[in-house]
Amino acid sequence: MSDLQGYADVLTAARRELKAVPPLTDSFPELDQATAYQVQRLQRAGAGALAGWKLGVTSRAKQKQVGIDAPVYGYLAAADALDLGEPLVVAQQIQPRAEPEIVLVMGRDLAGAHVTAADVLAATSAVAVGIEVLDSRYENYRFTIPDVVADNTSAGRYVVGTPVPVAGIDLRLVGVVLEHNGEVFGTASGAASLGHPAAAVAWMVRALAEHGEGLRAGEIVLSGGLTAAVPLAAGDVVVAGIDRIGSVELACV
Amino acid sequence: MPLTDAPAKARLLYEARRDRTAIPPFTDADPTLGMADGYAVQSELTKLLVADGEEIVGYKVGLTSKPMQKMIGVDSPDFGPVFASTVYRDGDSIPLSRFIQPKIEAEIVFVLGERLEGPGVSLTQAARAVAGVAASVEIVDSRFADWRIKLADTVADLASNGAVATSSRLVPLADVDPRLIGMTLTRNGHLVDTGAGAAALGDPVAVVAWLANTLGANGIAMEPGHLVMTGALHAAVPMAAGDVWRADFDRLGPVTLRVVEGTTEETK
Repeated sequence: MSDLQGYADVLTAARRELKAVPPLTDSFPELDQATAYQVQRLQRAGAGALAGWKLGVTSRAKQKQVGIDAPVYGYLAAADALDLGEPLVVAQQIQPRAEPEIVLVMGRDLAGAHVTAADVLAATSAVAVGIEVLDSRYENYRFTIPDVVADNTSAGRYVVGTPVPVAGIDLRLVGVVLEHNGEVFGTASGAASLGHPAAAVAWMVRALAEHGEGLRAGEIVLSGGLTAAVPLAAGDVVVAGIDRIGSVELACV
Repeated sequence: MPLTDAPAKARLLYEARRDRTAIPPFTDADPTLGMADGYAVQSELTKLLVADGEEIVGYKVGLTSKPMQKMIGVDSPDFGPVFASTVYRDGDSIPLSRFIQPKIEAEIVFVLGERLEGPGVSLTQAARAVAGVAASVEIVDSRFADWRIKLADTVADLASNGAVATSSRLVPLADVDPRLIGMTLTRNGHLVDTGAGAAALGDPVAVVAWLANTLGANGIAMEPGHLVMTGALHAAVPMAAGDVWRADFDRLGPVTLRVVEGTTEETK
């Protein structure tokens, strides 16, 4: 266990000092996913108030590429939220990349080993457009799945737009456009996250249930990146637009 | 020099289409061939097909996404005619035998309600001329071996058009923002890819304006009822017999195609 705390400390220090480190599996090749989640939980314990959760590797194509058949999850520290209109200070990140996401706002607690997408939607009070700023603590985003789990699934900063009621919106089909400096960088529909964003969140609730955890009312869930992630530099602006939900703009300084 | 042998090249493509046998790309023998050479061949090939009784019912626009343009090394789209004999309906079976090496692309299609003639067509004029927008898929096919195409080759080959299938549900443009229409493509129920309208030139309406202005420069007008296939919203995917493809568009509905082996006699 003290070893695991050491790994958690390495990642926490990398985050604080803005200095990327080699993947943990370079020196700890037997690191498996379950152990990696322990390393993640050790960091979570020191992360302060939680705003919610996030999913990663939700694209089936990406899963196939890295040889897994399920996504991964991480936590969102309240301190990492960017407010609407607040710029991202690139110099305070290691290697930031932006992804458009559908954000679910939980209207009530939700936990259980048999939760489905329908349960998730019933417990969701609103949805919003989000931009997640990934920031891997590993050099050049080189990592295995256990590595990225230990690194809280590359969670960096995030911004959440105006929530709107989810009733009547088919999250599977909504169109998603990510613009980078005024040009279309990528497009998708909500199905890009595990076939349906609510199915991705349901998977996470079931995974959390293994540890006796779940979602709480008021928490947000970033339900998975919907396009490829765009690298960010000072002076960049990214806009995520999602049909029926709205748009969010993020300026980088 | 290259332009003068456009009729001969058109004849080679005409025979490749008829015999369903791929030929070496024209740019193998002459790498200097460019876009103008391609359109000169396309124009001759179109004449041959129209002489056979084919009817132009619209156009497809290709190379509308930045990744595709980068791959071919251009910074503008290309176009080719869509012929009546290649138009399928939602739910149809489509015979593989009709093609050489087909791939499927989900696209937004516009149907013109008014005549539209460039040059000088603006986005708002293009939008005004559109009667409605619908879900569609395009089957792209190349008459060149192994899809080993450069710009002049694909332009000559009717912009690699094979067939199209469209939904009959025509949605007024006033009710939708085509940039944000989401699309989910499945094969046999499994998710293959997703996209949104903005993948086509940033705005599918811009594709209509580009086409009107490009055709207009050659004195060609688009007519009421013409289809405009606005370009793939994702990377094209090879098709196989037994596949059931479904492109589901938010606000527009789905298009479903069943792929069957077929025989050359069954072609429409």
